[in-house]
Amino acid sequence: MVVSNKKKNRLIFRTVVLFVMLGAIVFALVTNLMKDQEKVKEGEIAPNFSLQELNGDKTYVLHDEFKDKGIMLNFWATYCEPCKDEMPHMDELYPKYKEKGVEIIAVSLDSSELIINNFLDDYDFSFPIVHDKRGEVMELYDVFEIPSTFFINKNGEVERIISGPLTLENLDNYLEEIVPDNENS
Amino acid sequence: MDYQSISSNLLYAAFMLYLVATFFLGFTVRDKRQKDKTSKAGVIGIVLTVIGFLSQLGYFITRWIASGHAPVSNMFEFVTFFGMMLVLAFIVLFAIYKIYVLGLFILPLTAIVIGFASVFPTEISPLVPSLKSHWLYIHVTTVSLGEGILAISFGAGLIYLIRQINQSTRSQKTFWLEFIFYTMLSTVAFIGITTTFSAMGYEAEFDLPESDSVEVYTVPALVAPYNAELITEDVMQPIMDIPEWMHGANAGRKFNTFLWSIMGGLVLYGLIRLILRKRIGAAIQPKLQNLKPDLLDEVMYRSVAIGFPVFTLGGLIFAAIWAQEAWDRFWGWDPKEVWALITWFFYAAFLHLRLSRGWHGEKSAWLAVLGFAIIMFNLIFVNLVISGMHSYAE
Amino acid sequence: MNQIKCECGHVNPEGTVLCEACGKPIEKNQHVDGNEGQKTLNMRYEGSARRSKTYNRTIIDKIWIFFSSVKVGVWIIVLTLIASAIGTIYPQEIYIPPGVDPATHYKDEYGITGQIYYQLGLHNLYNSWWYLLLVASLGVSLVICSIDRFVPLRRALKKQRAKRNPVFIRRQRLYGETKDVNKEDIVNVIDQLKKKKYKITEENGHYLAEKGRFSRWGPYVNHIGLIIILIAAMLRALPIMHVEDYVWVREGETKVIPQTDNKYYIENKDFIFEIYDENDETYGEAVKKSGEIIPSNFQTNATIYKVDGEIIPGEEPKLEKVMEDEIRVNEPLKIKDADISLYQASYQLNEFQSMSFKLHLANDPEEKAIGEFTFDMTSPQKEYDLGNGYRIVVDEYYPEFYMNDNGEPASFSKYPKNPAFILFVYGPDIEEYEVNFLGIGTNLNADPNNVYKLSITDFDMQDVTGLTVKRDHTLPLFGLGALIFMIGVVQGMYWHHRRIWIQPNEDGVWIAAHTNKNWYGIKKELEKIVENSKIDMPKDQQELDE
Repeated sequence: MVVSNKKKNRLIFRTVVLFVMLGAIVFALVTNLMKDQEKVKEGEIAPNFSLQELNGDKTYVLHDEFKDKGIMLNFWATYCEPCKDEMPHMDELYPKYKEKGVEIIAVSLDSSELIINNFLDDYDFSFPIVHDKRGEVMELYDVFEIPSTFFINKNGEVERIISGPLTLENLDNYLEEIVPDNENS
Repeated sequence: MDYQSISSNLLYAAFMLYLVATFFLGFTVRDKRQKDKTSKAGVIGIVLTVIGFLSQLGYFITRWIASGHAPVSNMFEFVTFFGMMLVLAFIVLFAIYKIYVLGLFILPLTAIVIGFASVFPTEISPLVPSLKSHWLYIHVTTVSLGEGILAISFGAGLIYLIRQINQSTRSQKTFWLEFIFYTMLSTVAFIGITTTFSAMGYEAEFDLPESDSVEVYTVPALVAPYNAELITEDVMQPIMDIPEWMHGANAGRKFNTFLWSIMGGLVLYGLIRLILRKRIGAAIQPKLQNLKPDLLDEVMYRSVAIGFPVFTLGGLIFAAIWAQEAWDRFWGWDPKEVWALITWFFYAAFLHLRLSRGWHGEKSAWLAVLGFAIIMFNLIFVNLVISGMHSYAE
Repeated sequence: MNQIKCECGHVNPEGTVLCEACGKPIEKNQHVDGNEGQKTLNMRYEGSARRSKTYNRTIIDKIWIFFSSVKVGVWIIVLTLIASAIGTIYPQEIYIPPGVDPATHYKDEYGITGQIYYQLGLHNLYNSWWYLLLVASLGVSLVICSIDRFVPLRRALKKQRAKRNPVFIRRQRLYGETKDVNKEDIVNVIDQLKKKKYKITEENGHYLAEKGRFSRWGPYVNHIGLIIILIAAMLRALPIMHVEDYVWVREGETKVIPQTDNKYYIENKDFIFEIYDENDETYGEAVKKSGEIIPSNFQTNATIYKVDGEIIPGEEPKLEKVMEDEIRVNEPLKIKDADISLYQASYQLNEFQSMSFKLHLANDPEEKAIGEFTFDMTSPQKEYDLGNGYRIVVDEYYPEFYMNDNGEPASFSKYPKNPAFILFVYGPDIEEYEVNFLGIGTNLNADPNNVYKLSITDFDMQDVTGLTVKRDHTLPLFGLGALIFMIGVVQGMYWHHRRIWIQPNEDGVWIAAHTNKNWYGIKKELEKIVENSKIDMPKDQQELDE
């Protein structure tokens, strides 16, 4: 009996040691695969920021301004061609979704207001544009490539993150997802 | 005389002393009759070795004074220092085991190493910002010492193989043993050829239209860079272009020098075979009969046992600390780092095979040779050809 | 499950090769260490029962036994070694020029082999899942081999007795028998052994002298060190243990430091780039010969600020100066409060800070200035008044100018690396306005009918410093692992476990000796020890390959 007990203990010991090591390896593999994870993840609360409207006095504070609204946060710049391509889509859909309780806010990453204004001279967008002068909000949202778009639902959670340009159709679908009254979202 | 010329004279003196010491140590193998007595020639040889080492130490110190930083900052200085550590390691192991023959192999090897070093530019070079750290000499000196001690196991292993391998018939083993000699002779040929032509001031310029640059050969061109045009007049015409897949800076020149070396090595080896009328190993073997193979095996193992921790400390741990300071990461998979890790893995395997699998004697000796090949590969090939952040070359 | 009772009375675990107590070879297990037909006994692990070799039942046991083999361990080492070497054939992805597409780079640079290299994923070998698995299996092998050998070895060394079986004594590598030895000779030898710091145990007149046993634990100590290093490497994946970020700061600019929750800012007061002089007394020759610029210093003079109070990111922060310091290569700046270090990692010298223009008559060969203005890249204005009714309107400003696919001027980025301008000139004698398109060194499409012309008179450049932002709490753990490893190898490699057995019998005395390494050393020591006694020097029973 003593012997078989010993054997049993040995098996338990080996099992425990092997499983601990297996766990460690799985941990290493998983973390290795997920290395490039964003600071802001889908499903998390979108971090707060406060930016002044371009050419206006209004300051947009994300968490105060847009309570119970869906928000589409679009990072763009004048030197980014695909950004400029998708902005007319945003402009087109903006009135429809504003009515449904969704705000679009475009964060420019340009270096100076002069450049943004020169660009806006040629276009006239109805959605508000803010300027991230010192790049703090870009840092906060860990924006690497532009355009980058964050769709935020009425609870302030990031519903979807899109890096790269959006088609009109996709934009429409994603905006629909964050309409506040849409209980299915 | 300024410090710099004192230092080069001291190095030259050390080089000559090592050669003379080798000559004296050569007599010890002939003294078959007085086996257990310390022969006079041997003592003289060792004394000369120690003086040579001190002279080289003098070179190191004076050059340090002259340059304002530890002279381990470029290829010439680093390889020279490695030679010095080889001698130090030999002196230490001689003190333990009193084997003269070891010096007969290590000292010529040191001479080759120093000769090889002098092929590189010998000017005192400034330190780029990343090298400006105390860790430069802490790291480099410890690595060199570790590699020097590990190289002793190569010496002992080589002697073991020469003594033990059956020379009555040709075999794979005799082939590879001869190959080791051939490799060393090629290095000698390389040193000889490059110094001769550079003394003559030989130059051949090639125009490279693709990269809009010029490649300068300092030895006659056997092969030209791919798609290049020889623009120097009255020099040897190349036989062919190097293949297209050979890329990288100065690939043509490096490959050309390499060709010269292997051919020069063949000539030297052929000459020696002609004189000896047998394999080099077979010619040396009878002179080593009074050495105990057991003792050689132990020296080989001991030098790995002593060298491995030193190498780990210098080549991995100190290296990591420095890399953390200079490049904000202690490990970056730079080729040189990887090859240090490979060296470490190799000697770890060597020790495990020996301790747990009972690989003694001949198997161990072949491993010791292979280990040295890896060290040399890291020292030379990785610096000159693969090159990364550690690349001292040109 | 049979335990083995030796004739000396000791009960050994199954699989024992040499009795733990008296060393007598246990007949049926001699194949394990290959002792059959050998003159000397294989002494590795004291002939103890390595558990791996004995049980083989469940899948758990089978896995355990697989990794418990040193042969497997060495194979893993060799495979890792080969894999590591393959990774150096071509540069890894992190070392190819930034911004290039690896898919084409390897093919263009190294041809077909480069393409294969890339397609096999070898350009990112050290981060691949299979390389990670190789290193992980090395760790598993390390743990299991160590457990399986350490436990029985410790047991065997603890149970060993001074009185050994005659077979064990006679089959030691160093063994000698001397006839007609009296007690005094033995006492004399024991005294000598004590002087050499041997620990003596006695059993019925049989002696065991032992020293350096602790060196036997060296391998296990160094393996613990390696395991700590592997754990540290694993923990780097956790953001609380290790973060790495990057920040570019222009001269004069104040920027938030990443990874500090927007609490800390850095101002780049000045970036200093120094090179070695060709006329330098010591290094001049080498500088001339290299024909290249050899840098001697990269330095950022930085001021660190902390945000006063709670603010929402994007708001104008109230900054409070925390420290002022110089950041150099090899001299990182540690910001204790923010738990972060800044390393000088990169720089750019090719950005414009401001550009000055003058307005003159297009046909004036002396280009006499009618008016002048300076365009500041950090706070550009829409309009510049030159006086006398002349003014300039900045219609477009392209910080990094290029012509896009439609042939329109555009900018690559927001950084003023190659500024270009479309400027409108208004003046009292200009009907509407004149257009000037200016880039570096050129007035791109001056209208031939323009009366006035703008020219660049001066510019200022600004340096940009690139700093790595790091937080690394795994470093102490790596240090600890490395320290333990070093202690372990030194303990195992620089000390030796030596044992000498002295067994008196009817017609004399037997001496046997064993060491785990450095036989030369123990022979020397034994020679000294028996020097002044009648006892003969033991003989080496093993001659290698002869």
